[in-house]
Amino acid sequence: MSVTELEFQAHAAESAPEQAIEGRSQWNLTWRRLLSDKMAIASIAVILVMVALAIAAPLFVSLTGHGPEQAFTNSGTTRSGAPVSPGTHGFFLGTDYIGRDLLVRTLYGARISLFVGILTTAIATVAGVAVGLVAGYFGGWVDTVLARFIDTALAFPLLVLALALAAVLGPSLAIVIAVISFFSWAGISRIVRGQTLSLKEKEYIEAARSLGAGPSRIMFIHILPNLLGPVLVLATLYIPTAVVFEATLSFLGLGIPPPTPSWGNILGEAQNYYSVAWWYVVFPAAALLVTTLAFNLLGDGIRDAMDPRTERIFAARRGRRKNKRKAATEPGALPPLTVSELGE
Amino acid sequence: MSDTLPRDAAQPRPSAAETEDDVLVRVENLVKHFPVHGGGLIRRVVGQVQAVDGVSLVVRRGQTLGLVGETGCGKSTLARCIAGLIPVTSGKVTFEGRDITNLSRGAMRPFRREIQMIFQDPYGSLNPRHRVGAIIGEPFAVHKTATGAERKKAVQELMERVGLNPEHFNRFPAEFSGGQRQRIGVARALALRPKLVICDEPVSALDVSIQAQVLNLLSDLQGEFGLSYLFIAHDLEVVRHVSNDVTVMYLGRIAESGPKDQVYETARHPYTAALLSAAPAADPDAAAQRRRIILTGDVPSPINPPEGCRFHPRCPKAQDLCGEREPVLETKLGDPVTHLAACHFPLQAGEILARDAGRDRR
Repeated sequence: MSVTELEFQAHAAESAPEQAIEGRSQWNLTWRRLLSDKMAIASIAVILVMVALAIAAPLFVSLTGHGPEQAFTNSGTTRSGAPVSPGTHGFFLGTDYIGRDLLVRTLYGARISLFVGILTTAIATVAGVAVGLVAGYFGGWVDTVLARFIDTALAFPLLVLALALAAVLGPSLAIVIAVISFFSWAGISRIVRGQTLSLKEKEYIEAARSLGAGPSRIMFIHILPNLLGPVLVLATLYIPTAVVFEATLSFLGLGIPPPTPSWGNILGEAQNYYSVAWWYVVFPAAALLVTTLAFNLLGDGIRDAMDPRTERIFAARRGRRKNKRKAATEPGALPPLTVSELGE
Repeated sequence: MSDTLPRDAAQPRPSAAETEDDVLVRVENLVKHFPVHGGGLIRRVVGQVQAVDGVSLVVRRGQTLGLVGETGCGKSTLARCIAGLIPVTSGKVTFEGRDITNLSRGAMRPFRREIQMIFQDPYGSLNPRHRVGAIIGEPFAVHKTATGAERKKAVQELMERVGLNPEHFNRFPAEFSGGQRQRIGVARALALRPKLVICDEPVSALDVSIQAQVLNLLSDLQGEFGLSYLFIAHDLEVVRHVSNDVTVMYLGRIAESGPKDQVYETARHPYTAALLSAAPAADPDAAAQRRRIILTGDVPSPINPPEGCRFHPRCPKAQDLCGEREPVLETKLGDPVTHLAACHFPLQAGEILARDAGRDRR
């Protein structure tokens, strides 16, 4: 923390005593650290843009006049029946093999991918936290049963089950969501169970029990806030995994059934056309890559921001940058002292 | 040490006026064994940790019972049994004459308001994710006694009473010092106006000047709210300062108990004498005069405690009888009836136990 920041805080304390007395929560501090991480900010921006585009997909339909499942056999394909290239006849990203607008389809694919990614992660997180908390807190036979259940879920061959289910019941969005949720909760559960096992031995849990607090109060008010950090990081990293898995299933024809567009099934169709229509592969693949990368980088950023040790790194970086800027603008002025320099 | 503790809260208690009404908590023959499981697929019980093995004691209204002993002698286990935090193997705990042994959570609930605990570690005993207001207000939330503005007011009054700035109710425990955190713990324990406060080494994690502040706070509060304390510590001077009666534990059993002055001035049990001789004295002259009794060996395993007197393998006075027959906790050598010791060969007045009395002097 630089002296300027200290001055700022002192000033804030004078002008707003109420605020100075209110302690900063762990979330507040994490959020502040996250905001000083450029990569995390960029990731958040990318994710927000992607979400905005997915929400605005119908707007693009009305702008272009191309429905997501509407085939334009005349304007959308060349005379030989191949997809048209980007920018032709109002198709900004070109068309697919039967003349559907690739831009609109990719945007509708984003809806499916984000929906599946976020919904399955939400289901997995709620289920995983509940099972992990109960197993870890109650212990004994409850834990034995639930822990074996977790192990079983983790040991299941995910893809084989998905293939079997799709083969028997026919591919559908519901199956995709069910399969991904079923395989995600166990990982979260295991982390939550481990954390709960160590947290329940803390003296403040005993203090709560001595006050007469019941198991649900202890689990949800005392233990849960202490393990939300790792769960949040894990959940952020599970979203891209789910997105990729949905794409994988759809690519294999076991996920979202055509003609509903999904990044996976667009890429699956594109296999036969990439030699004549590069855009057919590049745009949906780029959307998939950018989205998963952004979620992964955001997860890393949150993990770093949760770790109090990274504060110093960011503070030092900020200080150095400030010094440089100041030295550049006022050549005569001394750079402000930082606490680290004072300590040296 | 006693110089840093200015006020002596403990008043001598007239033993003649003792009646059953005076008794707040009575512990009778309390036993707590923890099973030890063997390895392997089937978790067979291969032994028992005899953490507390037949302890009886009494906490009187408005008074402080000091409980001393080495680490691992069962003090904290005993405290948790009395507070109903862990089930008791056998024996009985009564609170104001009502049996509270192994009550269900619901049945224990009314007694939770009467019995509160202050914990040893001021860092571990406060939830780091909760604001101070929520921590001190938790008893109200659990027992649904005050809500909203009423609760906030009660919390702020408590904070003021224990010497914290009531404006700080929105802060997190990490923003307080160890002594302040212990004050938060005290405020939480007082919220429901309990009758008994079990202090499990409340000052051992604090530095000495802060210890004095917290001890004075505890003694002020005792007068103000008529609290009774079960005060657990391994610092004999602290116990001497706060207690009316003292009980010395060794390996899950009571070695000696009685009024503070009796136990400190005329210790009968060699273990008590050894503990007293090991306590550092603030006066260097007195320290030079003192002869330390150096015990050999470690505390034996509570899984397999020694036969007979549990202290005999380390006792400088041990004889064959000590390893064969267990001594009874009883009055020795014409002491008052309240002063009990469990020893076959209690110390005479003026008897010196230090084996190498000459060489130990510095």
